[in-house]
Parts: sequence; C-alpha cells; structure tokens
Amino acid sequence: MRYRAMNKKEILRVVREYTIYIAFLLVVIFFAITLRGKGFFTAANALNIIRQTAALTIMGVGLTFVISTGGIDLSIGSTVGLSSLIAAIILREGGNILLAFLGGAGIGLMVGACNGFLYAKLKMPAFISTLAVSGIVYGIGLLPTQSSPVPIADTLFNNIFGSGNIGPVPILLIWMAAAVVLGHLMLRHMKYGRQVLAVGGNEISAKYSGINTEKIKFLVMLFCGLMAGIAGCLYAGRMHTGRCTFGEGAETQVITGVVLGGTIMSGGKGSIIGTLIGSLMIGMISNGLVIMGLNVAQQKIVQGIILLLAIAFGIEQEREA
Amino acid sequence: MAKPLLEMKGIKKSFNGVSVLKDVDFQVNRREVVALMGGNGAGKSTLMKILNGVYQADEGEIFLDGEKVEIRNVLDAGKHGIGMIYQEFSLISTLTVAENIFLAHEPRKRNMLLDNRACVEKAKKILDGLGIEIDPRKKVEELSVGYRQIVEIAKALSKNVKILVMDEPTSALTEHETETLFEIVRNLLKMDISVIFISHRMKEIYQICDRITVLRDGKIVISDEASKIPMDHIVSYIVGSAMDKKFEWIPRSYSMEATPALEVRNLTYRERVRDVSFSLYPSEILGIAGLMGSGRTETLLSVFGLLKPDAGVILVNGQECRIQAPEDAMKQGIALIPESRRVQGLVMDHSVKENVLITVLDKIRKYGFLKDRQGEAIVEEQIRNLDIKTDHMKKNVCLLSGGNQQKVVISKWLANKSTILMLDEPTAGVDIGAKTEIIYRMRELADQGCAVIFVSSELNELLAVSDRILVLKDGRKIQEIMRKDIEGEEVLQRAIQGYE
Ligand SMILES: Nc1ncnc2c1ncn2[C@@H]1O[C@H](COP(=O)(O)OP(=O)(O)OP(=O)(O)O)[C@@H](O)[C@H]1O
Ligand SMILES: [Mg+2]
Repeated sequence: MRYRAMNKKEILRVVREYTIYIAFLLVVIFFAITLRGKGFFTAANALNIIRQTAALTIMGVGLTFVISTGGIDLSIGSTVGLSSLIAAIILREGGNILLAFLGGAGIGLMVGACNGFLYAKLKMPAFISTLAVSGIVYGIGLLPTQSSPVPIADTLFNNIFGSGNIGPVPILLIWMAAAVVLGHLMLRHMKYGRQVLAVGGNEISAKYSGINTEKIKFLVMLFCGLMAGIAGCLYAGRMHTGRCTFGEGAETQVITGVVLGGTIMSGGKGSIIGTLIGSLMIGMISNGLVIMGLNVAQQKIVQGIILLLAIAFGIEQEREA
Repeated sequence: MAKPLLEMKGIKKSFNGVSVLKDVDFQVNRREVVALMGGNGAGKSTLMKILNGVYQADEGEIFLDGEKVEIRNVLDAGKHGIGMIYQEFSLISTLTVAENIFLAHEPRKRNMLLDNRACVEKAKKILDGLGIEIDPRKKVEELSVGYRQIVEIAKALSKNVKILVMDEPTSALTEHETETLFEIVRNLLKMDISVIFISHRMKEIYQICDRITVLRDGKIVISDEASKIPMDHIVSYIVGSAMDKKFEWIPRSYSMEATPALEVRNLTYRERVRDVSFSLYPSEILGIAGLMGSGRTETLLSVFGLLKPDAGVILVNGQECRIQAPEDAMKQGIALIPESRRVQGLVMDHSVKENVLITVLDKIRKYGFLKDRQGEAIVEEQIRNLDIKTDHMKKNVCLLSGGNQQKVVISKWLANKSTILMLDEPTAGVDIGAKTEIIYRMRELADQGCAVIFVSSELNELLAVSDRILVLKDGRKIQEIMRKDIEGEEVLQRAIQGYE
C-alpha cells in the first residue's frame, strides 16, 4: 500500500521534471494531426520555425539569467528594434558589417548597463525600471526616422545575420546554438551561474557568503541587453531592414518561453535548455496557428493564455519544493 | 489512573521511502510540560508536525481525552486545541504584531470588514495576559528574536489551545529571554494548557520539564519523570552510546607574543559598537560573551565588511587592510558563520552540495569550468566530518532537519579553509553530540593554526571552548578574561550583567 503511494509520488516528480519535453511532444503531435497535409510537418517548415524563433531564443537566454536572480527585463523588445535600426543606419551611411554589428550589440550593452545600474545600484524594482527604460529606448528609436524602415542592401550582412545557410544549415540556427551553448555553460558549469542562482534563491545569504550581489545583478542585466542587441542584428539580417518597431511585444513571447522552460519568476531556479525548448514551443505554436488560419488578434490571446498557464505551473512547482 | 490528555499510538512515517518514524507511542498528561529530546534528524519535528496536521502519518492513531481523532490539516489541529510554534519562525515580518496574531482568523465587523481596532485590543489583551509589553501595532520586523517568539505564543493562544508544541523555542534566545519564556510556560500550566517542549539544552530541560521522552532512530527509547533520569543517562539515550568525547574545557597553549592574526582597533559602528579593540592570536579561540544587543554580532559584521564602521582599523597578520565587502574579508582568509541560517546562511531550496560549494567555487575551477567530481569530494568530506544527516548531497537543504541545516552552514565555511573563523551562535539547534563535535573541530583547527572567534549565548559552551573571553555590554568591551581565571558559570554571568 505504502509502496504504491511512494511510486505514485516518484512518477509525479519525474513527470514534473520532464513536463516541458512532454508538452513539446504533445504540441508537435497535436499540430501534426490537425494540420495534416498542410505543410506543417515538413523539414522546410521546421527550418522555418527555427529561423523565426532564433532571435527569441537568444533573447530568452539573456532573460533566463535576469529572471534567475528574481528580476525581469521588459525592455528587450524595444532594444531589439533600436539595435536593428542602428545597424541599418550604420550600413546606409557606409559603415562596414563589423561596425554595424558592433553598433547593434553596443546599443544592447548600453541599455543593459542602464538597466543594471537601476536594478543593482539604485535597487529599483526591475519590473518598473525596465518598463520605463523600454519607453525611452522606443522613443529614441522613433527620433531618426519616425517608424519608417531603413532597408539594408548589403547582402553579405543579410546572409551572415539572417537568410544565409552554411550547407543545409540555416545560419540563424548556428547563432541560436551558440547562444544556448554559451548560456548553458555559464549557468550550469561556471562560478558566475552558481552565483546568479544563489542571489535569486536568497540574496542575503548570497551576500553573507561573500558574493558581490550588486555586481551579479548588474551583469545579468548587461548580458541580457547584449543578447537583445545581437537579436536586433538578427532581425535586421532576416528582414533586410532596420526598424524600431521590430521586437514590439516580443517580451511576452520571450518570457513565456523562459517560464515554460522551468525558470521560476521569483528566482533561484533556471534552465537554458528549458528556455530553448520553451521558445521553440512558442515558435511552433505561432507557426501552427498561422497555418491554421488564426489572425493576429487570436494569436495574441492564445499566447497570453499560455503565459498564464506557464506561470501558474511554475508557482505550483515552487509550492511543491 | 486518569486518561492522558494526548496519546499518539503506533505512528509511522517515511519520506520518499526513507523511514523517519517507526512505530512511535507518545503521551502527554494534563498540566504537564513534556520534553521531547533526540539528536538532529531523530524525527522530533516530524512527529510534532503530524500532531499538528502539517504531515499525515502513514500509520498510527491519535487520541485526545481518550477519543480517537482525525487530524487532516492544521485547521483540524486547531479545532482540537493543538497549537504549534515551529522551529522555523512563521511570522510575516512585514505585518504588524496584531495582524500576525490574528492571521487567517481576523476579527471582523458586522459588515464583514476587518475590525482593526478589535484586532489590536484583543492582541493587547493576550500579550498582557502573558505579562509582556509589546505594542501590537508594531511591525514584526522591528522586534528582536525574543519578542517574535512571544508573538508566536500569543498567536497560538489566540486560538484557544489545550496543547502547545514549542519546537526549539529557546535556540535563538538569550538566557534572560529564556527566563521570561519559562515564566510564560508556567503561566500556561495555570491556564490548564499542556506544553510539549523541544530543546537540545540539557539545563533548560531540567528547569522546566516534568517528564522527558527521548526519540532515537525513529523510536522512543525512554519516557520517564525528569527527576528519575540523571543528565548523563539522557545524553547516552540520545546519542545511543556513552559519549567518548566530553563537553568540557581543555587548557590549550599558544603564544600571545606572536603577531595577532586579527587585530581590531577602536572599532565603532553607530551606537551599536563603541570603540572596541581586541587582538586575536594564531591558534587561539576567543569567546565573546554578552547580552542580546550588546554588539557581538555587529562587531563580527563590521570585521567581515557587511557593516560599514564609522571608525576603526583592522589588521590581519599585522598588515592594515581595508575591508569593504565580504569578498575583501574572504581574500584575507576571514570567514563568518552568521547567526540566522534561514535568512543569512543558506539558500533553502538549493541542495546541500550547492550550498557547501558556494564559498569554494574558485578552488574547484579550471579554465572557467567547475570540476564536479572535485566539488563532490569536498562535500562528501564535510558531510562525513560533521555527520550531516542527509539521504544524499543533492537533497534540498529545506528538507533537512533544523540542526542538520546548521551543520551545513558550518561546513560551508570549513570547506573554504579560512584561517580566521568567526562563528556567531554556531550551535543553535544542534544536538549535544554534534555540539561536542563542533567544539572538537574548533580546537583541531586552532591547533593547526587557525584563529577562531566564538560568539555564544550559552555560557557553558563558551566556557568549554574558549581560551580567552571578551565581555561586551551596550557596545563596549567591559572585560577581557583568560579562561583559566574563570571559576564557573556564575562568574561569567555576573560579568555579562556588568557587575564587577
Ligand atoms: N519533507 C521532508 N522530505 C524529506 N525528508 C524529510 C522531510 N522532513 C523531514 N525529513 C527528514 O526526516 C528526518 C527527521 O527530521 P526532523 O525535522 O523531524 O528532525 P528533528 O528531530 O526535528 O531534528 P532537529 O533536532 O535537527 O530539529 C531528517 O533526516 C530529515 O531530513
Ligand atoms: Mg526539528
């Protein structure tokens, strides 16, 4: 009798740990069946999904670190827009590819440093401070061109940061893989990652353990900004355009991906692999819904519901612990 | 013979297949204080949480006044008149005293809105009944640990209890506060309330308890009137064999001519630490005694860079150094084992392994990567050395028993191999066997050249471990005595109170 009860608990624990993978499979199966013959379950569409989610995943890697400390960054969407715009303007003015990339990534670093300063030094609640920064960044993006796009004619740039392939492998997949591997190593296998999780788990204890908590909190924001800056370049390369509205509302999707992947909003627990799977799942759902014929409004509603479910599930897990 | 007030029969409980309680029979009579004793991880808290409905027993029955009752959750327990003060404080620090006392059963007006005035008045009445003056409108975070304890008791009393469980209520209290608590307990007896009292401090047990029950390896090994069991019998019941190591002072030799490992000059922090100077020599164990609020903790925090002192110089091995953050202190080989493990010492939902390794990440790093196997070897060594009871090193520390959590805090800093160790109440909640073990470890480390500062409110422990004792009062150093010149506990007690 008792033996069975124990087994049930054990099973439940395993199920919890692998929920995201199971959910991922279920979504695949669901679309594979409902969209049979409509081109969902093809290699071409799979690559398509990856191209669409690469930038989101890269942002997710950065955000996983922030959320792991118990913070949040709501400015990543507008950072992406500004970064793409700056990269495009640099190219238009005759700058080379490297300069354009550095410009885009640099914008991300600057926004990240700003967020980091407010979060770590001034101890503002990240939720509000990054929301304010988001508005400022978006406004700055409007200044040079209003919201009109700046086209990018440099095909090499467009290839490296967007539409290119290396053999059969889309270049965006390589960017994404690089970010995920880097993020995973940092979070799981390096001192820095341990310290990030310690700060999120119990900031006072972390401080008493000799961790410079301010530095850690500054660095997560800086890194997140950098990732958003790079994601901006990828948007620019994929769309052959820079535009400040790129990335608008991307926060919701990115947060959903991160939370689906098992990172907990209150901090202390995070997983980059989870973020990868979560983001891919979000990409797949968007893709599937488009093929199904849902319009933008309907898609937004579905995404919002998924985010709520993901957070609710995360809280449930926290209570279990 | 009258029926016992409470009877727990054949209680069994296991967690994830690991059996914690194996067939426990436990009784409480009317108007009685029962001591529930046992080593860390013996299952005391678990048994009490079953009584209080936090956990469900796998098997077994509970009788109140001879009638069988089902206790499915904490609310059920409350209805049956069972209240509990948890080992881990459960107050919400951002709410007021009154709000905490009536949490989840707030007095309401007829229109269903909260009746704040009644809430404050009723709270005041309960606190007055306990003979304690606390303003019920104060936020809990403003109260000292001792007062929080009393608020916890008031909270239990607000629900009409017949049996009050106190799980290590004194482990964070000073001797004086403990006296106050005992007054309250005696008062409770007069109100016809029985008390189950858990503590690792022998002296207290004999002071307040009528009967002693000892739990070991999930079984009751003895239950008898306190007056009938001598103290050393209790100890051997708890540890399961006669203790080979003794809990007593051993004179040690070291040189006070050497360059001090740590020298503090004119340290001042607000009103809390005033012009404190002292030296700590290599191989020395320096005890710091004092009442709560005497500035012991603040002194350590200032040395460790967690408080920014207004004045003062710190020298390590004769070199003046600027310590502005814990990192700087750690670079000088200083370690601080803080007093409140849940808040400052541990990341509760991380594993034992992660907690121990957080201070040694630099030492197990190669090319930026953490070497897992080497890390695990360190953790294993620590678990063995302090006999930490855990199924495996990946268990979350919040699932360990209270005393074992404290051992994790200590081992986290021992793993770091610092040369100047500062311990703030390191043995709070640790069982007698492990306490002795810790004291031996300190001596061993000192013999190897470490310098140790040991802060404790338990005088017998301070006298057992220290070579020299500083006495602080109101932030000032009032005495500095060699251990060999101290006759007994009374002498130290008087010094602490500030008598000459
Ligand atoms: N929720 C839980 N899940 C898994 N194991 C648990 C849980 N609660 C307690 N344990 C284990 O049960 C054992 C008994 O724990 P308990 O807290 O009852 O000890 P205790 O006698 O109160 O010790 P202490 O004196 O240190 O407070 C410990 O080994 C602990 O790790
Ligand atoms: Mg306990």
